Formats: sequence, structure tokens, C-alpha cells
Amino acid sequence: MSEQIAPVSVAAIALVSVVTLALGLLGMRFARGTSDFYVAGRTVGPWRNASAIGGEYLSAASFLGVAGLVYERGADMLWLPVGYTVGYLVLLLLVAAPLRRSGAYTLPDFAEMRLGSTPLRLLSAALVVGIGWLYLLPQLQGAGLVLRQVSGLPTWVGSVVLAAVVTANVVGGGMRSITLVQAVQYWVKLTAIAVPAFVLTAVWLRQGRPAPQAGESWWEPLTAPVYTDHPLFTTYSTLAALCLGTMGLPHIVVRFYTNPDGRAARRTTVAVLALLGLFYLFPPVYGVLGRSYLTEGEGVGADDVVLGLPSAMLPGIGAEIITAVLAGGAFAAFLSTASGLAMSVAGAIDQDALRRAVSRRTGGDFHPVQVFRVAAALGILAPLAVSQLIDPVGLSRAVGHAFAIAASTFAPLVILGVWWRGLTPAGAAAGITVGGATTIGAATTTIVGTPPGGWLGSLLEAPAAWSIPLAVLVMVLVSSATRRSVPADTASIMARLHTPESALLDR
Amino acid sequence: MTGLHLPTALVVAMACLVIVVAVGLWRGRTRPRGFMTVSEQATYETLHTASLAGRHLAEGLTDDGCEAAAPYLRALLATPALAITDRKSVIVWDGEGEHHLKGVVDQAAAALEQGRTVVLGPAEVTCSSTECPVRAGVIVPITVDDGVVGALAAYAPATSAAMARAVEELASWVATQVEVAELSFERTRAMEAELRALRAQISPHFIYNSLAAIASFVRTDPARARELLLEFADFTRYALRRDGAFTTLAEELTNVERYLVLEQARFGERLGVSLKIAPEALPVQLPYLVIQPLVENAVRHGLAAKEGEGVVTISVTDAGTEVEVAVDDDGVGTDPASIRKILDGQSRADSVGLGNVDARLRQVYGDQYGLTVETAAGAGMRVTFRLPKYSPAIREAPAAAGP
Repeated sequence: MSEQIAPVSVAAIALVSVVTLALGLLGMRFARGTSDFYVAGRTVGPWRNASAIGGEYLSAASFLGVAGLVYERGADMLWLPVGYTVGYLVLLLLVAAPLRRSGAYTLPDFAEMRLGSTPLRLLSAALVVGIGWLYLLPQLQGAGLVLRQVSGLPTWVGSVVLAAVVTANVVGGGMRSITLVQAVQYWVKLTAIAVPAFVLTAVWLRQGRPAPQAGESWWEPLTAPVYTDHPLFTTYSTLAALCLGTMGLPHIVVRFYTNPDGRAARRTTVAVLALLGLFYLFPPVYGVLGRSYLTEGEGVGADDVVLGLPSAMLPGIGAEIITAVLAGGAFAAFLSTASGLAMSVAGAIDQDALRRAVSRRTGGDFHPVQVFRVAAALGILAPLAVSQLIDPVGLSRAVGHAFAIAASTFAPLVILGVWWRGLTPAGAAAGITVGGATTIGAATTTIVGTPPGGWLGSLLEAPAAWSIPLAVLVMVLVSSATRRSVPADTASIMARLHTPESALLDR
Repeated sequence: MTGLHLPTALVVAMACLVIVVAVGLWRGRTRPRGFMTVSEQATYETLHTASLAGRHLAEGLTDDGCEAAAPYLRALLATPALAITDRKSVIVWDGEGEHHLKGVVDQAAAALEQGRTVVLGPAEVTCSSTECPVRAGVIVPITVDDGVVGALAAYAPATSAAMARAVEELASWVATQVEVAELSFERTRAMEAELRALRAQISPHFIYNSLAAIASFVRTDPARARELLLEFADFTRYALRRDGAFTTLAEELTNVERYLVLEQARFGERLGVSLKIAPEALPVQLPYLVIQPLVENAVRHGLAAKEGEGVVTISVTDAGTEVEVAVDDDGVGTDPASIRKILDGQSRADSVGLGNVDARLRQVYGDQYGLTVETAAGAGMRVTFRLPKYSPAIREAPAAAGP
């Protein structure tokens, strides 16, 4: 890996940043000024909304991390893109339509709507902030690594650039609120990963198809004890986290609100499945090609594979251009995911913490926009500070932990909330606390500290397989013990969640 | 990366946390104990027990409330048994000797009917069991301003003047709680009545003007007159509906469109309309007839008086957890002081719209969500308001489904 400056790639990153910034700041100009109404026909269609969800969802972990893990650990990791996609299938089957019918915009809204409890709402809001920050961390660090790889600048530069662009966007009115911009982001990312993949595969064919250099354990699934001693358990546990975690990601759930009704929410989810399935065909290609051309031990970290590959395969300007396309795409991935996350985190801080506090101090005499700006700045600066203090975390690893936390807290809340009448505020709060405490503890131990080896290490590295059942069990048991506090309007809320909008119903 | 040594940082952070928790615990333990005399302690305990009981009586003499409050009331009197009755039957018996429950209604008859304290001796309270502490009792009516609503009966091995006085005081305290509960019930009812009175309004001027405009087309352009009449029918059906107080932004904007088509029939080319709607905002729920009165206000007060062409701009912006709606016109504008009077409810000037919309928004979403009006004479007018994408208020009465 050369650490010399690649001007084309730097230009591509700069271009992506400037365009994103411009779209965000000028975004409202896109809204047509017209006297042509037909507003009902102008609601966001399922495909556009699905593209937007894809644009926001496909983070650096998908763009760079999956390829890196396939390169590093082989066949086992092919489950990862499957897991990232299959979460939407679970979402579709269990909660997509009822969640939309609930009228909730965020996950704390859903908690409040379903159980009518303010403390539970605040707990959920705190969790949104926690998951958002953990998810932002690898985006910020990844941006630093990508910029260093193509320009030789220190890692903090990339992180600061990303944080600055995202803050400007969120504070300035937010590109992320514009579905169209996020939808375009998906297609930008798909192009940025697919076109170089085709080019590089063609090069590989022409160069006589050099075979991947790898041992037995790379080819054979479940044989490589790379960083846990129990690959089978880790695989199942990670899959469980990915399956159930998707419905607890704060920046994804808010997108479902844009659907006009529950039916459209289901259609959108199906479209998301198709779009993600298409995207995830490509990252493994880089992992396999990496095995043919890159040699381990030359400073090739897992997350550097995608960007290091072109210069290893091709000479001169061709490699530079392909690297530039990939670097631009990766930065687009960082930007859109980070913007979505920052917006959700800022919303939670603003609505459930700052505004209450400011309102109490000033007696309601304040400007909401200013409070939101402070919240947005807090929401992005805190993870930026942390990202500079701790060593780089593997992209997929940190994201995996964020999924595990979401799967052990919000997933039980949403699934039981939608399907079980007996849920009580106390039960939900207890389950979220237990699930959150165990998974956050596991994430902290493995990311910040030195993870122990053996079974304990495996259990902490991928906690979902035990933390999800634990959280559900606590939720059910405590709810059963506090049966008297089942909200009185549970029946009417359940009817509202499960009845199609077209049915006439006294809601 | 900076030269921070991780394990050290972790240890320092944990140590800080432990110190904070320890200090918190220490202060929590020492403060209430250290500076309390015996009498202060007694006062504190009595008030605390009373406040616990009062919380359960917040809805008046309900069955659940009395059941929950009875143990605390008994603790205040320190008697072995206590009963609360309404005018006809016993609501709850708390404490020992529950077999006496049957007799309470007869014993309380005098208290309930004549509203006086009844003291019962062993002659009235008979019991075959030697263990039973219920040998005598004091029954005091609970009297609120419209009469006796129930009685408080305390039983003990023997009665005393002090006990009778204590029960009387407690009964009058319970009566106060019941009165407070009734007041709060009254207040809720008053608010509901206000809500009903504050329903969405359409202006009579508009109905009259529209029909006049349609009439003018009947001979010259019957096809257009028919179209306009159908628009008018749709508009009134929407505006006069009675099912649910909420609608979606998409439906409200569709109705604004109908309104503008009808107004354009009257104003012709003079009325221009421009829209900037974020499609993400269309599913947001809001009280119905909130935007249309603002547009009507812009047309009638801003543009009608203006010479030449005028433009109304409706913009809806997505702002994360909220949506911002703005209605602009480049008409004649007005004096800000008169608008302030309308929003304060002091003026009943012909601007029905602004005051009504402002009041309804505040009622549904809270005082932070009223209208903001920016205007000056000759400078047009801009009315903005915010809508939360999710509000618990809408959960209570969401929009009826379907068309």
C-alpha cells in the first residue's frame, strides 16, 4: 500500500463532499414552485423510498467492511451481507405495516404511543443516542482511514472533514430530510462499487485468472478460529443480531414514516430487499480478488482491501481513476449514513433532553431551531471526540455491536409491542435495561478493553444469541408480574396497529 | 492517534464514577436523618401517609381509589379496622374483623341520612369472637357541598373523645379530597366543552362569494359552472365533516386546492399560486381546516385589496421530528398590532381564521405550537407554524380512515 498522494481520489472525495454540502444547503430550492397541486399523487413511492433507505443504510461497513472481512476470513463472512439484508425480511414480516400505522416517527415515539409512559420514552431516547453514537464511530474513523490511504494525511483530517460536512448539513436544514437526495445516494454507491468490480473482474480474466492465495480454512466455512474460538456460535449470534437489529436502527425506522400507509410500508420493504440484494453481490468480489493480488502482512488491513486493490492490479492512471471512484463511493457511504444517524441522534437529544431543559429554564421563550442546532452539534462532536481517543475499531465490528444492542433492546420492544397485549411499561423498561446493559457492556469490553479468550470472549464478541432471549424473557416475566399496569387503551391501540387503513374503523 | 493510555483512562473514568456514586449515596443517607427531631419526624410521617392516601382519592370515592387509600387512612387513625361507605353500601373494609362488614350499612344509616357523627358502643357492635378487636366504633359522614356522599367508619376495642375527634377530622380531610376531585372533573368537562366550541370553521363570506361566482358562469360557460359546483360540493363535504378531528397534510392540501380553484373563478388571472411541498411531509397528521383558513386570510385580506396580480405561496418543509408550514402572500399586509389582538383573542374582527387556527393548534399540541405572523403595512404577510410528526394528542383521536 503506497501512502503517496493520489490526486484523483482526493478530488473525488472533495467533489462528493462539496456536492453533498451543496445539495444540503440548497436542498429546498429543488422543491418545485408550481401551482400544480395533485399532492396526493406526489407522495413518495415505494421504490424511491426504498432507494433512500438503501442510501442511508449502506454504510462504510457494507462498502469497505464486508470485502475486508471476506478477504481476511473467507467463506464464513459471506453470511454477513445475507444478514444485513435479511433483517429487512424480518422487518417486513413482523412489524413494517403496524409500525407505520402506529403513526410513530421515531422509536421513542413508538414506545410512548404503545405504552403511554414518559420514563420509557426517555429511556428509548437515550438508547437512540447510544446506538447512533456507536454507529457513527466507525463512520468517522473509516473516513479518516480512507483519506489517509489516498492522500497520506493524518487520520483526524478525514474524521473532521466528515463531521464538518455532516454538521453543516444537519444544521443547515438537512439533505437527509430530502428523500430524493438519499435515493440518488444509493445509486451513486451502487455505481461506485459495481463498475469498478466489473472492470477489475475483466482485468482478472485477462491476466489469466490468478487463483486466490489462501489456506484451507479460508475456503472451508466454520474452520477458521480467527478472532473468536467458536466460529459457529459467532456466526449464528451475528446473524441473530443482524436479523433483529435492523428494526431497531433509529435512522432506518424514521424513513418508514414517509410511506403513506402500512401497505406502502410493506412494498417499500420488499423493494429494499431487492436493492440491497443487488448491492451485496459486489463487495465479496473485492474480497476474493484481494486474495489473488494482495499479500497479507504488507500492512493491508481488512478495511483497506477495496481501495488497495486497483493499484495492485493495474498500473498508472487506470488504477488511479478506479480508486477515485471507489474512494468517492466510500465517502458517499460515510456521508449519507452519518447524516442520517446524526439527524436521528440530534432529534432525540433535542426533543427529549434539551428542549425540556431549555423550556424549564426559560419558561418556553426560546427559538426551537437554535436548540436543535446545539443538539446537532452535540450529536456529532461527542463521537468525533471519542473516535480520536480510541484506537480504530474494525468497521464491521463496531456496526455489529450496534446491531446487537438494537436487537436486544428495540427489537423485543417493537415485536412484543406489536404482537403481545400483555406488555407493560415496567416490563418494557426492564427488558430494555437488561438487554442494553449487557450488550453495551459487551461492546465496551471488546472494543475498548482487551477481550478475554475462550468461550467468554466469543460470548462477548457476539452477544446477541444470549442477550436477545434474555431481554425478551425479562420483558415477558416483568410484564406478567405487573399485569395490573397494562395500559387501559391497549385493545384500541392493537386494533389500530393491525387494521388496514382502508377498513372503516372507529380509530 | 493521541498518546492516551487506554487502561489508565478507563481506570480514571471508573474511579470518578465510583466517587460520584459514593458521594450521592452518602448525601442521600445522611440528609434526611441528621437534622430531624422526633416531632418533625412524626409530622413528616403523617404528611407523607396523608399524601399517599390523597393520591388514591384524586378521582373521588371510586372503588379502586378507596381500596388503595384505606390502609393509609387506617394508619393515620391507628385503629384496628376501618371502613369507607358510599350512600348505599360499603366500598372497602380494611383491617381485622371483616365479618362486621354486613352491619356497617345499618350502623351508618344515621350518619348518612342525618349527617351527624355516630358513636357505637359494645351494645351496637356485638361480636361472638373473643379475639376480635372490633367492639366499638365511630362513624362520621363525608360531607361535600351538595350533601353527604359517604361515611368513614373506624372500629376499635373502645372509643374515646380523642378518637371521635380524629375520625371527624379525617372525614373532613377526605371530603376536601373529594371536592378537589370533583373540581378537576369539572375542569376536564369545561375543557371538553371548549374543544367542541372550538371546531373548525369555514367563513360564510366564502360560501356566498363562491356561489355568486358560480352563478356568473351558469349562462356563459355551463361546463365550467358544473365543474366549479362539484368542487364546491367536495369542499363543503370536507369542511363540514363530523368524523374525527384530524386529517393528513395531503388531504388538507387537496382541499386548499379546491378552495383556490373556486377563488380563481372569482379573481381570474389576478390570483397566482405557488407551492413548495416536501413530499416526506404529506403523511403528517394535523387538525383539519388549519391551512385553508390561512390561505383564505391571505387571499381575502392580502390580495383582494391589492391592485394587480398577487401570489400566495404555500411551503411545507421537513425538519426532522417536525414539519414547518408557511403561507406567504405579497399583498397589502397589515399592522402587526391588530394581528396581535386577534391572536390574543381580544379582537373579533372579520379575521375568523387566524385566531381560531392559533387556538386549535395550541390546544392540540401545546403552547409552543401556535402561529407566527410576520407582517407590516404594505409588506405582505407570512404566517408560519410547526407540526410535530408524532404527537400523543393525535393518538387520542386519530383521523378516520378512507375517503
